[in-house]
Amino acid sequence: MPTLLVAEHDNKALKDATHKAITAAKGLGGEIHVLVAGSSCRPVAEAAAKLDGVAKVLLAEAAAYEHMLAEPMAALIVSLAGPYDAIVAPATTAGKNYLPRVAALLDVMQVSDIVKVVAPDTFERLIYAGNAVQVVRSRDAKKVLTVRTAAFQAAGEGGSAAIETVAAPADPAISSFVGEELSKSDRPELTSAKVIISGGRAMQSRENFAKYIEPVADRLGAAVGASRAAVDAGYAPNDWQVGQTGKVVAPQLYIAVGISGAIQHLAGMKDSKVIVAINKDEEAPIFQVADYGLVADLFQALPEFEQELGKLGR
Amino acid sequence: MKVLVPVKRVVDKDIKIRVKADSSGVELANVKMSMNPFDEIAVEEAIRLKEAGKATEIIAVSIGPQQAAETIRTALAMGADRGILVKSEAGVEPLAVAKILKAIVEAEQPGLVILGKQAIDDDSNQTGQMLAALLGWPQGTFASKVAIDGSDIVVTREIDGGLQTVRLKGPAIVTTDLRLNEPRYASLPNIMKAKKKPIDEKTPDAYGVDIKPRLEVLKTVEPPTRKSGVKVASVAELVGKLKSEAGVL
Repeated sequence: MPTLLVAEHDNKALKDATHKAITAAKGLGGEIHVLVAGSSCRPVAEAAAKLDGVAKVLLAEAAAYEHMLAEPMAALIVSLAGPYDAIVAPATTAGKNYLPRVAALLDVMQVSDIVKVVAPDTFERLIYAGNAVQVVRSRDAKKVLTVRTAAFQAAGEGGSAAIETVAAPADPAISSFVGEELSKSDRPELTSAKVIISGGRAMQSRENFAKYIEPVADRLGAAVGASRAAVDAGYAPNDWQVGQTGKVVAPQLYIAVGISGAIQHLAGMKDSKVIVAINKDEEAPIFQVADYGLVADLFQALPEFEQELGKLGR
Repeated sequence: MKVLVPVKRVVDKDIKIRVKADSSGVELANVKMSMNPFDEIAVEEAIRLKEAGKATEIIAVSIGPQQAAETIRTALAMGADRGILVKSEAGVEPLAVAKILKAIVEAEQPGLVILGKQAIDDDSNQTGQMLAALLGWPQGTFASKVAIDGSDIVVTREIDGGLQTVRLKGPAIVTTDLRLNEPRYASLPNIMKAKKKPIDEKTPDAYGVDIKPRLEVLKTVEPPTRKSGVKVASVAELVGKLKSEAGVL
């Protein structure tokens, strides 16, 4: 009953999403084989081999996999799918792109974005932006699953799996990579950060994100996020968006500043361990999910917050 | 080039849904229904391609109950040319939707299919990718920009950490992300004109597609609620509690 799990990485390092997806895959009960597909990415395979619960690592190296384009990725995964009962990927933008393609080629109805493995064929997933939980049983012989990584703990190290090189099937050659613009930041990534501070429309400008949010983020070693309203208003880049249609996060500490708490946003952060809300409007729905609420003007509260953190030596 | 745009009838995005007390699903009776917001963006993008002289005809397709004709009508009022309604009272899963769309694509031969990246009811985010797979076409998912370059389609995609641009050999599939465009409202004259545009009615059987669900929904329940905490009076109190009580600083 082995499971094939597709690793998330950037050809240099294994991403934390993989560690979390492994925890979900453990719930399926079968031996876990991790597929590392990329270009010159053996160090990633070596990192995957060390993870607890991994029985084998399959390494597929070809230029076509460097940017994880869906067409060659799906061709590769389908070529390896035969012996596996389940094929699993983290629900990152990469996994969401290639895995439904795999599912259709295998004539399987994928179960997207699972938050719990109830049994090897039964899963919990969220629908309606997290406003309802559906428990579904898959009748397909093979299970194809994407994992909402925020819902699972990261697997630790402790394994020493063998690395096996696998042959790359021909690239369908119907798509090619042109370029990418990745935001450069010394801050942690949103989806793996332990602390996140997010701003909403009340920030009023991109400059205010830099002036008020970022100094606090620096003190906390936090990632910076934003509500959809702030992104739509142009105050923050697209990839900062936390919410059902943006990133789903579950840090130790989530600080929502000037965010009213639309359902869409709550769906993306309500699994955080501790939630702090700072908002001028004491009726804002965000206070209903916050562990600690402060009714205050953010332009006064944030500089004060930064100073208090400074006193703690942060 | 023809452009095909599938549109789904879903609970309006501003409605707070209720889970049925017997856990059998979400209450849909007497609830306002609208076009899936990501599909509105898809319709808008198709219209812009037509206005730019890149597309010749826009076909809106919906798979759903008779009332899904209203959703097609909305697309026609925005600017689509004709509609196809594939009638099914039972829910149809993304895999079966993709199979029906494949049959429609084979009959209509569009150069591009633009879909919403996900429907805001089941949040599956699968149909476009599955249709691309079944057709053997390339896919540009989560698009924030679409450009036609000869027979190629150049798509800028929203990915974790930024943007990625890919070049696809047409025909191709595009799925829309939020910031691709701002959909227009239909004007009253266009709403009137849309009433005269044709909608073909079909069934899944007509396309030879078995829509029996592969996933059995055992139950639908409310998500666990988070209880609200305490209000603090000052930043100093907040930092104190975060340090000593919550232990997160």
